[in-house]
Amino acid sequence: MSTTTNHPVEQVGGATAKYVDERLGSNKFLGRNLGKVFPDHWSFMLGEIALYSFVVVLLTGTFLTFFYDPSMVEVVYNGSYVPLKGIEMSKAYASSLDISFEVRGGLLIRQMHHWSALIFVAAIAVHMFRVFFTGAFRKPREFNWLVGVALTALALAAGFTGYSLPDDLLSGTGLQIIRGILQSIPLIGTWAAFLVFGGEFPGTDVIPRLYAAHILLIPGLILALITVHLMMVWTQKHSQFPGPGRTNNNVVGYPLLPVYMAKAGGFFFIVFGIIALIGGLVTVNPIWVFGPYMPDQVSAGTQPDWYIGWLDGALRLMPNWESVIAGFTISWNVLIPSVVIPGILFTGLALYPFLEAWATGDKREHNLLERPRNAPVRTGIGIAAITFYGILWIGGGNDVIATLFNMSFNVLSWTLRITLIIGPPIAFLITKRICLGLQRKDREKLLHGYESGRVLRLPHGEFIEVHQPLNYKELAVISSKEDMHVLPAPVKTDADGVRNPNYRIDQLRHKLSSFFLRDNIERPTDAEIAAGQAHASHSAALEAPLYEYEELDQDPVGHGGVLHHPGMSETNREQIEQRQ
Amino acid sequence: MSELAPGAGKNEDLDSNGHPTAPAKLGYSPVAEIPHQLRVTDTDPKAARRAERQVAAMFILSMVFIMLSLVAYVMIDKYTVVYIPVLGVVGASNVALGFTFGIAVLLIGAGAIQWAKKLMPDVEVVQERHDLVSEKEDDNLALANYERGKDESGFARYKIIRRTLLGAMALFPIPMVVVLRDLWVTPPGENPTEILSTTMWAKGIRIVSDGTYLPVRPEDLPVGGLVSALPEGLLEVQKEEHNLNARGKAAIILVRMDPDQIRSQQGEGWDYNGILAYSKICTHVGCPIALYEQRTHHLLCPCHQSTFDLADSGAVIFGPAARNMPQLPISVDAEGYLVATQDFAVPVGPSFWERERA
Repeated sequence: MSTTTNHPVEQVGGATAKYVDERLGSNKFLGRNLGKVFPDHWSFMLGEIALYSFVVVLLTGTFLTFFYDPSMVEVVYNGSYVPLKGIEMSKAYASSLDISFEVRGGLLIRQMHHWSALIFVAAIAVHMFRVFFTGAFRKPREFNWLVGVALTALALAAGFTGYSLPDDLLSGTGLQIIRGILQSIPLIGTWAAFLVFGGEFPGTDVIPRLYAAHILLIPGLILALITVHLMMVWTQKHSQFPGPGRTNNNVVGYPLLPVYMAKAGGFFFIVFGIIALIGGLVTVNPIWVFGPYMPDQVSAGTQPDWYIGWLDGALRLMPNWESVIAGFTISWNVLIPSVVIPGILFTGLALYPFLEAWATGDKREHNLLERPRNAPVRTGIGIAAITFYGILWIGGGNDVIATLFNMSFNVLSWTLRITLIIGPPIAFLITKRICLGLQRKDREKLLHGYESGRVLRLPHGEFIEVHQPLNYKELAVISSKEDMHVLPAPVKTDADGVRNPNYRIDQLRHKLSSFFLRDNIERPTDAEIAAGQAHASHSAALEAPLYEYEELDQDPVGHGGVLHHPGMSETNREQIEQRQ
Repeated sequence: MSELAPGAGKNEDLDSNGHPTAPAKLGYSPVAEIPHQLRVTDTDPKAARRAERQVAAMFILSMVFIMLSLVAYVMIDKYTVVYIPVLGVVGASNVALGFTFGIAVLLIGAGAIQWAKKLMPDVEVVQERHDLVSEKEDDNLALANYERGKDESGFARYKIIRRTLLGAMALFPIPMVVVLRDLWVTPPGENPTEILSTTMWAKGIRIVSDGTYLPVRPEDLPVGGLVSALPEGLLEVQKEEHNLNARGKAAIILVRMDPDQIRSQQGEGWDYNGILAYSKICTHVGCPIALYEQRTHHLLCPCHQSTFDLADSGAVIFGPAARNMPQLPISVDAEGYLVATQDFAVPVGPSFWERERA
C-alpha cells in the first residue's frame, strides 16, 4: 500500500490525476471517494441488476432507433418473411419485421432489448422488496424510496410504450385496452382518449407519439432519477446488514478501488452477457407470428408482458359494475381496476415510510438494516401487498390456467375474486405470527444458546440437552435487534386541567403504534445475553470429557455486537499488517 | 478515523516531484478482531499464479469469442435456419451472434470477479459514517444567507410584488397545457360523442365477409356457424381516410341459430331467419370477440373473458363487461344478400362518460 513506488503505470496515473486536478480540483473528490467502503451482501446486487439492465436497454434501444420507423402509413410488406408477403401493414410493423429478418444481428438486439426491459422491471421489483422488508427506506433514506417508487412507475410506462411500438396484433390490442381505460375516466376520459390517439381509435398518430415518449421523455426522466438515486446512496453511504463489527455509525465492506469496482464492474458484464445469451437463445415477442394490427382481430390467449399482468388481472376479476348518474356513465368495472387500484397501490408505496415513522414515533437514523422478523407488522403488510398483487397477476392468466389445468374458468375466476379479498389479511396474520415465533426463538438463543440436539446424562442421573453458545456472527446478527415501544396513550386533560388539543390525533397515533409494536418480543439486555451465553458454554463443557469439541476453545463474550475471540490466531488487522 | 489506519501520516509532506513522502490515511481501517480465514491464494504462491492464469485465460477466451462473433456475422447467411434441440428451428445467425457475444461478455465479467475474489484483498474494512446534518456553522451561514436574500429582495416587504409574482408563475404554464388541445385537430362540427356513436352501417348496406370482402347470402351461413363480417365499401373508406377507424367500429359477427332457440333480441325482428348480427367489439374495453361456443350460443372475449349469450340479446352472463353486445338489425335486399336495416341503436365498444347522451 505504499504510494512511493516508481512503477511506470503509477507514474502515468499520478501524472494524469495531477493534470486533471490542476484543472478541476478532482483529487479532493477522488481522495475522499476512491476508498469509499461499500458493504457486501447478495441482495445489494438486485439494484445493480436493475441499473445494468437499464444500460443494456439504452445501448440496444439506440441501435433499434436507427432502423425502426414510427409511422402508421400503410405499406405492402415485401420482405423475406414469406407468410406476410403482400400483406398491408403499418411502416412501424414492417420496419420491426425488417429489424428481425433483414438486419443482421437485428433480431438479437431486439430480443436483448425486450429481455433486458423485462429484467429491468423484475430487478426493480425484487430490489424494492429487499428495501421494504429490511426497513432500508427508514430515515435518512425516505427521499430515495420516493425516487425508487417514481422509477418503478416510469419503468412500467417505458415497458408499455415500448411494447406498443411494433404495431403488431398483440401490441395494438394492448392499445385498444388503454383506449377503453382512458374512456372510463369520468368527465375528461372521452376527450383524453381522442387527444391521445389524435381522434378516433386507432388513428395514425399514436405510434409516433408513443415513440417520442418511449425514446425521449421516459428514458430522460429515468436517467435523471437514477442519477439522483445513486447520488443519494453515495452521500448517505449504503445501509448494511447487522454483523460482527457493524454498527449504526460505520460501514463495513470493501473499498471502491479496487475490490468493489472489480466486482460491480465484473457484474455489469455478467448481466450484459447473460442478457446477450438469452437474447440469442430464447425467442421473446415473436411479432411476425401475430401479424399486423387490425382493430377487428385478436388471438386467443392474449397476454401482456409480465409486469402489466396484474393490471390485466384486475380488469378480469372486477365485477361488472357500471352506473349512470345524472345521465353520465361511470364504468366502475374499468375505472376501479385500471385507475383506482394502481393509484392506491402507488400512493401507499410512496407514503409508507412516512406513515410507519409517524405511527411508531421513530425519528432515529437507521443505517443498520432491520431483519424482517423484527418488524412483524411491516413484514406482514408487505406480504399482504404481495399476495394481493400475486392474485391479480394470477388473474391475468386465468384463461391460460383454466385451459392448462382443465378447470372451470368461472369457478377459477370466483375463487380468485374471493381470495383477493380474504387472502391478504390471512397472509398478514400468518406472516406476523411467523415473525413473532422467530423473535421468540431468537430470544431463546440469546438467553440459552442453541439446542445442540445432544442429550447428556449427568452423574446424578439427570438428563439435559446440551446447549451451545452461538457463534460470533450469529450472536452479532441476533443481538442487533432494537426494541421500540408503544407510544403512551394520550390524556384528555393534563394535571392542571388543560385540555389536550391534539387528543384525537394522539389517540390515533397511540393505536397505530400499538398495532405496530404491542406484540414485540423484548430483546434481552447485554448482561443477560452474556450470562446466557456463558451458561451455554458451561453446559457444553460438561460434555468435554466425552468429546473433543473445537468450539470449546472459543469463549465468545458479547459486547453490544462486537465480539472478542481470544483463541483466534488470524484476524483482519493482522492480515492487513502482514500485507504491508 | 480509527487509530488502526495503516501507515497514518500527514499528507502535507511532499517530495520535489509533488509525491507525498509519507503515506496518507486511507479513510478506513480493517475490521479488527474478526476471525479471518486466509485463502489458498494468500498462502500458496503457486495457487496465486494459477488464479492469475485463470483470469488471463478468461480474458483471452473473451477475445476469441469476440472474433468468433465477427466470423459468425460475416459467414452466416441471415436466412439460414438450424435445428437446435430444446430451442427448435431457429435463425443460425441470431443464435451464433448471441452465443458468441454473450459468452465473450460473460467471460470479461467472470474474469474480473475471479480477479477480485482470488487476488485482491478480501479483508473487510470499516469506515465511519459522518453525520448527515450540517455543522452548526453551515446551518447559520445558510440561515444568514437566506435572511439576507429575503431582506435584500424585500420579498417580505413588497407584498404586491410577491402576490403578482405568484400569480404570474401560476398562469405561465397554462398555454403550454392549452396548446395540447390540438393533439386532435377536431373536424368542424364533430365531437367525440357523435363519432363514438355512429358507424358505417346504414339502411341497405350489404354485409361482406371479412377476408374475401364478398357479400353474404343467408344460405352461405350454416346453422351454428359464425363469420366475421364488415360493411360493403369499408376498404374504400379505409383507403380514403388512411386509417382503420371505420373498421374498428363497424366490425360485426354473424351467427346463425335455430330461430326457436333465440330467446330474446334487442329489437323486434332484428334477425333474419335465425341469423343474428352483433358488434364484434367488446363492451368492456374494446377487444374484438370471436370465440363462440355454438352449443350454448356463448361468445367469449379472449382479453378479459366477458361472456355473452347471443341467444339472449347478447346479454352478459359472466365477466367484467357491463353491457350487452350491441345488435345490428339485418334483412336481405332484392338480390338476396344480407344487408343492415339501420345503424347500431347504441354506441359500440367500451363505455364513455357521455354515452347516454349519444
